[in-house]
Amino acid sequence: MRLVARGLRFVILAAFAAFFVVPVIWLILAPTKSDEALVSRGPFAFGSLHNVALAWEHLDAFSEQIYRAWIGNSLLYALGATAIVLVTAIPAGYGLTMADFPGRKLILTLTLIVMIMPAATLVLPIFLELDALNLIGNALSIILPFAFFPFGVYLAYIYYSTAIPRDLLDAARIDGCGELATFRHIALPLAKPVVALVFFFSFVSDWNNFFLPYAVLADSQQYPIQPGLSTLLSSTPSFNPATGGGGQQVGIFRPELALATLLAVIPVAIVFLLSQRALVRGLVAGAVKN
Amino acid sequence: MIDQLKASAPGAVGAQATRKRGLRSLHGLAFTVPYLPFLITFGILPMVYALYLAVTDDTGGWVGVDNFTRTVRDYRFLPAFGHILLYTTMWLGSLVVLVVGLALLLHGRANRVTSVFRFLFYIPGALAGAASILVWLFMLDPAVSPGSFLLHLFDTDLFVESIAPGRLPFVFAMIAFWTGAGGWIVVMYGALNTIPDELEEAARIDGAGPVTVALRLKLPLIRKWIAYMTILAFATGTQLFVEPQLVNQASLGMVPDTWSSNQLAYQLAFRYGDFNGAAAISIDLIVIALIAAVLIVKRTGLFRTED
Repeated sequence: MRLVARGLRFVILAAFAAFFVVPVIWLILAPTKSDEALVSRGPFAFGSLHNVALAWEHLDAFSEQIYRAWIGNSLLYALGATAIVLVTAIPAGYGLTMADFPGRKLILTLTLIVMIMPAATLVLPIFLELDALNLIGNALSIILPFAFFPFGVYLAYIYYSTAIPRDLLDAARIDGCGELATFRHIALPLAKPVVALVFFFSFVSDWNNFFLPYAVLADSQQYPIQPGLSTLLSSTPSFNPATGGGGQQVGIFRPELALATLLAVIPVAIVFLLSQRALVRGLVAGAVKN
Repeated sequence: MIDQLKASAPGAVGAQATRKRGLRSLHGLAFTVPYLPFLITFGILPMVYALYLAVTDDTGGWVGVDNFTRTVRDYRFLPAFGHILLYTTMWLGSLVVLVVGLALLLHGRANRVTSVFRFLFYIPGALAGAASILVWLFMLDPAVSPGSFLLHLFDTDLFVESIAPGRLPFVFAMIAFWTGAGGWIVVMYGALNTIPDELEEAARIDGAGPVTVALRLKLPLIRKWIAYMTILAFATGTQLFVEPQLVNQASLGMVPDTWSSNQLAYQLAFRYGDFNGAAAISIDLIVIALIAAVLIVKRTGLFRTED
């Protein structure tokens, strides 16, 4: 009986693993094949590295190396914004947990409301604000809105309110730590897992944000990678036969598109690996457990 | 426990304690100060401005609910909200049942294999946004898909059949689950890890099997996290934009560019210059998401400071 249950558990997990991983494996293999081979050969056949190089050449040649610019822009926007998020969200989450100050519920409620606001609602007023601040066309027009990351505040808030015993912080205070010292020496080190989580989610959400840059940026040279990929998609004839001739000219076919997608994911994968240890150690570590 | 500590504090130092608590609460506020300008500039002000737009016309004159009734009568309004409702239902259902289920399953017997699975589940999380759609456009194209046998099972021989309008809510829910589930499994697993071992051991000594421990002990203890996930997932669900936008591009307009309500708002604002109508639709979406959030917060006690 136990064995059956264990077997069943494994089968369920393996089936889901296949669902999650198969498309990724396909994507990794796709650029090794030519566009014809993608159709004629098996989905998991390996073509050649030469094809990958060829696909990169075509991709790099697209609009005078605009692909590189997109990746660079994405890095700038996501890292710049995430740095600000860490400095603002972690202390805010801590502050919201440690005491019931006037306005605390209001901040929590407003943060939650803003979090569930449809992007389209906020983007237009934000656009007008940025315009009033003369920031349109500046990298800050993306970084500053990205630096507002209510999700991170909530992560920190829930973490501090569930995983860190108040007694511990109280003990530090009784031992004569000031509030700032308590935060720096006790609360912040204990929050390493949540710092990793916030860094991770903020970077990923900025990297993957499509809507704000799509609506705010006019010049495709300033695009981050997400609207960039959409531009590439509309140049791929197999998904957009209308640009058939155009596809021939710019040399963007399915392998190029797959390669562009794959490369666009690498930074997120790296950040994941960096945060993985903290994520896996989970929210366990710290003084909660003895 | 904290309450007990407080209760046992001698009455004589009560006044001093109160003053200290007052001081502490100001410090609490101080920690949130760096965050507030961002909350105001990119959260509250835009929100207030959107409200203002929704009840005025393009000259700034008050028009009451006119923008709302006007947009509801738009022939694209009901289909767009219908699509979103269907999609959000599927996405939330799969998220709550499968994510929590998988996290509990993983947490039941934590070992090396578990962390491998957790990692595998997470991998697609790297491919959110436009990248995930591109991958699934390939996956749904019977000509190149590794799952073409599955597609044939559903009588799909051509790419355009895969993205037939009737199937889109399901397709988008699947894509959203594919990219989003892994991240939430990581979060849920982390939350499960904060449950003290002693509790679990105690339950086991009392004769609870793994299933009972999972459903009766662990599930209630990660309630706050499930609530949080549900609120966010509901909100992101109603904001569906990039997926139908790219499918619209790839389907040569067979899928309208006003498939989701967010797209409709975008088109009204940026194509027709009807910012007021767009704002009205956004407000509709907020009201729906707010009602859902309030229900969830009330039922799960998300805001309580104890626990």
